[in-house]
Amino acid sequence: MMPDVSIDHDTLSPDGATSTTASGAPVQTRAARLRAFWSDFCRAPVAVVSLIVIILLAVVSFGAPWVSPQDPYDMASLDWMDAFLKPGSVGAGGYTHWLGTDNVGRDMLSAIFYGLRTSFVIGLSAGVLALALGICVGLSAAYFGGRLESLLMRIIDLQLSMPAILLALVLVAMMGQGVGQIILALVVAQYAYFARTTHGAATVERGKDYIEAARSTPLPARRVVFRHLLPNVLPPLIVVATVQVASAIALEATLSFLGVGLPLTEPSLGSLISNGFKYIHTDRTWLSIYPGVFLMITVVAINLVGDQVRHVLDPRNQR
Amino acid sequence: MSLLTVSGVSKRFENAPGPITRLADRLTGQDSRRTVHALSDVSLSVAQGEVLGLVGESGCGKSTLGRLVSGIYAPSDGDIRLHGQPVATEHRGSVTKTTTRVQMIHQDPFASLDPRMRVGETIAEGPRQHGLWSASEAAQNTRDLLEQVGLEGAYADRLPHQFSGGQRQRIAIARALAMQPDLLVLDEAVASLDVSIQAQVLNLFMDLRKRLGLTAIFISHDLGVVRHVCDRVAIMYLGRVVEMGSAETLYANPQHPYTRALLASVPTLGTGRAAFHPIKGEIPSPLNPPSGCAFHPRCPHAGPRCHAEVRMLSDIGTQQSACHLHHGGTSEEAA
Repeated sequence: MMPDVSIDHDTLSPDGATSTTASGAPVQTRAARLRAFWSDFCRAPVAVVSLIVIILLAVVSFGAPWVSPQDPYDMASLDWMDAFLKPGSVGAGGYTHWLGTDNVGRDMLSAIFYGLRTSFVIGLSAGVLALALGICVGLSAAYFGGRLESLLMRIIDLQLSMPAILLALVLVAMMGQGVGQIILALVVAQYAYFARTTHGAATVERGKDYIEAARSTPLPARRVVFRHLLPNVLPPLIVVATVQVASAIALEATLSFLGVGLPLTEPSLGSLISNGFKYIHTDRTWLSIYPGVFLMITVVAINLVGDQVRHVLDPRNQR
Repeated sequence: MSLLTVSGVSKRFENAPGPITRLADRLTGQDSRRTVHALSDVSLSVAQGEVLGLVGESGCGKSTLGRLVSGIYAPSDGDIRLHGQPVATEHRGSVTKTTTRVQMIHQDPFASLDPRMRVGETIAEGPRQHGLWSASEAAQNTRDLLEQVGLEGAYADRLPHQFSGGQRQRIAIARALAMQPDLLVLDEAVASLDVSIQAQVLNLFMDLRKRLGLTAIFISHDLGVVRHVCDRVAIMYLGRVVEMGSAETLYANPQHPYTRALLASVPTLGTGRAAFHPIKGEIPSPLNPPSGCAFHPRCPHAGPRCHAEVRMLSDIGTQQSACHLHHGGTSEEAA
């Protein structure tokens, strides 16, 4: 080693988290960065509460068969005598229906837990699939450029000019009801948001020297796109993804409310609200209101967490 | 035989107006097509073990030439060969680099390293991809390379943001060396570093050159650095090489008026001269280069012949210069 290059070593010890480089940037391990992210995230109490709410809702919905007092899918366990019980009354099963029962004697709390599970499954899988499709479209448009880029991005523009709900309605009407069909319709309606975000971020990154360096090594296009471009466009996408999951849950509820989503035998929050809506003019308002409240809490909580993640990841807000 | 030959290379960049612009052009009778002549008819060669400096003002095409040699662009005319083989092919607008033996080091080490990839992986991915290293030897080779460029082997697990500019440029050098290149292209490789760090990185480069027998093209606008580092120097102006020669003779005895002006514009220490002499006027636009010799609007010796006729690079003593002054004068009759 040459003596005139040793100056850098004194300022950089190999052990880690506390030393600084010559330029003064903090040296961090991955664990330290995660801890820093977490402590930044915790600065907003609202976001922490929202996260706790989401975790609670996820636990009760995915653990629905164990936590809910009744299996709303099992028609044999339903009792006609229990129909339209008010919240808090005790039914024939001998337990309290905290949120009342519906027109066939189904315990609303159980139905909401199961419905929430359906909503989560649909929202998450539609979000993840739309993310994957959007990334593929956005990245290929940005990396290959030229006519492919013009073609893909004009299709995306066209699609974004239509309301997502309209597109989803048409698709579900064409494909019929069912969880798979709803997810597919939501993916088609939502991937455009991911594609546009990916394209925007990737267009910035593709002009940077590290992409040129990778291409001139040369590395194959597949590797440049997935190993270099993709990791650098991911942070804004994570934020869009949280918002889009919330929006997918709301979209599914809307479709079910409009009667083209899931049948009541496979309850989602939307179909529960829709079912209750038939009795809204009587005094049986609990049938619509409680599923609606759960839907609202879920969507708002996911959005609040997404907002805070965006806030923390924004370099301008970093310490 | 020379390692790299660049013969008659031109590079033009054209904007591609969309269908609507083309339609508007047709209706209004305008033409929005623009062509930038980044390089015009450049020929040079680099011998094994030699360091060639490319010098010129911003926009003279020196970086374009570096990118052409590195296979990032393909030439519009002419060809660039390493060991007699072209470095890149172009098919319908997409360039494929066909050699791994030319590697480039970029100007800005903050932009040229993938911020989300550990530096060890950044160094090893090229050789792993091309089968130069096996999976088992990659870790050890990466450590060895990091030590060779004056860093610690244990730094392989770190991310680029944990390093200073000088350290990053060392990593970029290690990445280029990992591909076992026959030719390195350094595009303003020290321009964005502090002067003290510049000296360290330059010393590292000189040391590596001695140890590994590197051949390199060193692109810079810093005449002092080029004199220090390079064996031979090519002076560029608006897409053409105007003078080429060994560093010693070119600095001692510049022939082309542009080279003289360039050397005169360097502020000097210790000569007692208080003022330096900048070249008059602005560098012309490569969108619309001047007729004849591109330097004539700024040249103190320009005559009628310079407006009309381009002078090709030709021998004058041990150097080569592209000026009418040395070949029959600048007046009309001389032609």
